[in-house]
Amino acid sequence: MSKYNHIQSAHCENGVTTGLLQHHGVNFMTEPLAFGIGSGLFYIHIPFLKINNGPAIAFRTMPGAIFSRTCKSLGIKIKRVKFKDSATAQKFLDEKIQNNTPVGCQVGVFHLTYFPKEYRFHFNAHNLIVFDKKEDEYVVSDPVMENITQISSYDLDRARFAKGPLAPKGHIYFPEGNIDVSKEILKKAIIKGINRNVRDMLYIPGNIAGVKGIKFTSKKIRSWKDKLGVKTASLYLGQIVRMQEEIGTGGGGFRFIYAAFLQQAAEILEDKRLLEASNLMSKSGDLWRMSAMKMASIFKGRNQDQKAFDVIADLYLEIYKTEKAAFTLLKKLKLS
Amino acid sequence: MKKNDIPQDDSALADISREICYAQNESGEYETGLSKGWEVKKAALDLAWEDVHDRIALAKKQVLNGEKSPVYFYMELKLMDVQILAGYTGFYKWTIKRHFKPSVFAKLPVVKLEVYAKIFDITVDELKNVQ
Repeated sequence: MSKYNHIQSAHCENGVTTGLLQHHGVNFMTEPLAFGIGSGLFYIHIPFLKINNGPAIAFRTMPGAIFSRTCKSLGIKIKRVKFKDSATAQKFLDEKIQNNTPVGCQVGVFHLTYFPKEYRFHFNAHNLIVFDKKEDEYVVSDPVMENITQISSYDLDRARFAKGPLAPKGHIYFPEGNIDVSKEILKKAIIKGINRNVRDMLYIPGNIAGVKGIKFTSKKIRSWKDKLGVKTASLYLGQIVRMQEEIGTGGGGFRFIYAAFLQQAAEILEDKRLLEASNLMSKSGDLWRMSAMKMASIFKGRNQDQKAFDVIADLYLEIYKTEKAAFTLLKKLKLS
Repeated sequence: MKKNDIPQDDSALADISREICYAQNESGEYETGLSKGWEVKKAALDLAWEDVHDRIALAKKQVLNGEKSPVYFYMELKLMDVQILAGYTGFYKWTIKRHFKPSVFAKLPVVKLEVYAKIFDITVDELKNVQ
């Protein structure tokens, strides 16, 4: 019998959450449910902060939150451990493997030798599951990969002790204790997840986060050509496309995963009204994809007029309206 | 996105793994499908790497012209920034910025050079001689 069933997912943290919970007998768990219960959808554009010399934009909530919230809502206890030195960290991991306990590990992507070089940037909030060891190689279920993979203990150690922003410090986590999730608890968790997402998208103060953040970015994009010049503006747009579409997002900046969640929620809660919100999120995802295509035609040098920037800024306004409509609808359902 | 519209373009990931996309089937229900890649995001990734290569080339020129020290070049070569390098070395950011000056770098004790060399995966000799 296999010690762990690999489950591929779009996003790493959803995948680890889904995989570990299924392993512990929560068979109904799916990636969209993990994402929705954890209120994973978000938007924020932090001004004055630069990531890789480009704008700091996120389409999802902060790293770690999805796993924590989903487990908490389902009444599942989590054990989290961080380490000062790698010898203790490795010993702890080896003990877990010997006890047949698959564990989630936070790692830096730069040292993951099984990824193609093109993807290996210094990003420290990647998650994977370690569940076996063969001589000096750890057997890894990386949720974004199609198949299980292996990594040497030397490289895994470097990935677990990567440095810089969000340094993982050997972070290991896993569910523990008695796990028994009833249909009632699941329903409550879904409703809590939706309501928290309504709050985050509609009522977060300021104008840079939630749906208002999308409007903020729209205004910025309109000014980028004049303010930054075509070259830097292109790099900025390229960075947005990567944050939005790159491996881990399920496409359209997580909007399609959320639309899938709302469909599953409609079935579990037996409430067809949620399907309408799901349709709006699908529409939003398509609009995000379209904006990415328009951005690509700018940074590929096909069309770099101010008008091309305006088209994207207008699309963002449409996305703003669509997502505002979706979450206003969810709010009006008064789920409880 | 409709399931038939999941892009199957070439990408750096293509030979290693396909990725999961969420898309709607003919009756509108969401399913997962696998994508080899999408031309739009490949272009974005290519652009990011072009920028990286430009920065490395510029850093090299600055080192050869005596404007910057090799620490600066290797930081760019390893895709780091000052904050990341500070994390790995344990040096303060302002200390590292001082080490970017060729005159300061020239006087660094061997222990500090060894710290940099280890993190950049090179020898002290390679660190001193950017070619």
